[in-house]
Amino acid sequence: MSQIVIIGAGECGARAAFGLREKGFAGQVTLVGAEEHLPYERPPLSKDAMLHGHEPKLVSEAACYAEAGIQVLTGLSVESIDPAGKSVRLSNGGNLTYDRLLLTTGARPRPFPGFSGASNRIRTLRTHGDAVSIRTQLQPGKHLAVIGGGFIGLELAATARKLGAQVTLIEGLARILTRGVPEPVATVVAERHQAEGVEILCGVKIQDLAETRDNASILLEDGRTIVADLIVVGIGAVPNVELARDAGLAIDNGIAVDQHLRTSATDIYAAGDCCSFPSAHYGGLRMRLEAWRNAQDQGTLAAANLMGGAETMSAVPWFWSDQYDLTLQIAGIADGAAEIVRRDMAEGAFILFHLTADGRLLAASGIGIGNAIARDIRLAEMMIAAGVHPDRLALAAPGTKLKSLLAA
Amino acid sequence: MSNWVEVCATDEIDEEDVIRFDHEGKTFAVYRSPDDRFFATDGLCTHEKIHLADGLVMDDIIECPKHNGRFNYKTGEAKGAPSAST
Repeated sequence: MSQIVIIGAGECGARAAFGLREKGFAGQVTLVGAEEHLPYERPPLSKDAMLHGHEPKLVSEAACYAEAGIQVLTGLSVESIDPAGKSVRLSNGGNLTYDRLLLTTGARPRPFPGFSGASNRIRTLRTHGDAVSIRTQLQPGKHLAVIGGGFIGLELAATARKLGAQVTLIEGLARILTRGVPEPVATVVAERHQAEGVEILCGVKIQDLAETRDNASILLEDGRTIVADLIVVGIGAVPNVELARDAGLAIDNGIAVDQHLRTSATDIYAAGDCCSFPSAHYGGLRMRLEAWRNAQDQGTLAAANLMGGAETMSAVPWFWSDQYDLTLQIAGIADGAAEIVRRDMAEGAFILFHLTADGRLLAASGIGIGNAIARDIRLAEMMIAAGVHPDRLALAAPGTKLKSLLAA
Repeated sequence: MSNWVEVCATDEIDEEDVIRFDHEGKTFAVYRSPDDRFFATDGLCTHEKIHLADGLVMDDIIECPKHNGRFNYKTGEAKGAPSAST
């Protein structure tokens, strides 16, 4: 095997490329990305980068790719894959042949129905260019309307307040962060936003969006109209599966892979936001994660398996969000939990432990100032991976070191 | 011995744990290893300016509390992403 091609130059693709070299792969590694930049970190785009980053925070500097002998083709997209001929066709008319192919095509923002997301006043946030454009519009006196109370929308709302803009956030469901964040944690987030002056409207339905030369507006079903200078739509992401689907690969809420990240096509693997995989810790349940850590973990795992390994995806899902000086972290998936144990810590920080009926730890969700909950969430992640049945009273007692429960 | 700086009493750090120590405008992380020796490193992670003392110590490794960058606190060696490639 001498040539590995990676389509998609984000966190996952970059981690896979470096992972191949770290594991000693000596053949050709080519990383193809549609954006103009070298792979960069997306998490800062709704946070610090919005405040003061003029250049994206690169996953690795250009010199690191050169040193590792990784060929990076930026500003090029892949038009098609020929799984039988083992080649990919590039947007510049060129072809690349491969022995093994990795798809790290990521996800893109779900557009508001009927809107492309391409307007300057009604738009989404996914790329460095998006962040730069949004930032120029966020100044004192400007009004930002965010559609969607998920991580990206909330982080952007917090950043916009720091920049002095007025913010209204609209969520169609009864509360923010319904996907994967328990209500007590979401309440802390919502209350903090309200204290910072963000207007949060939950349970409101949007009838239509409109845009003029001077502003953009949201028409609500209850008859109200919210007029803003800028509307950012943050209603989730959809996996980039078109390339794989057109090549005949199995799709199931993402490019379907097995526990080794193999797609249904010979010698083609997929990793990161674009793929759905059977989760080892949750009964083989097929899931797709849109998360930075998962992109790293799966990129690294894909590298091992592209080289002939048969490692299985065993990482526990892990998510985080920073808003103001609060950090929220979640390890695991709480679906199916029968019981919640709460551990209260200093300065209002707390962690919820989600347990099955027989006491196995499924997930832990925490929030606090700075990194107050980080160490215990990390230990919870290790406990989930180990399948432990921790003592409930010990979990609830902040004086008990979680490390001591790892072997339970 | 006038250059010695008192950090803390030895029993203020548990075995296989870390505390933060600030001195003259700098911040440090001070470790007690499972084999009961003491080490110190820069207090901040190389990936982002995060206090390592909020992280988890397992054996000879400190993990950054933010993104799980891993370092051997005895040698300073980076042990995994995101620290390794930056």
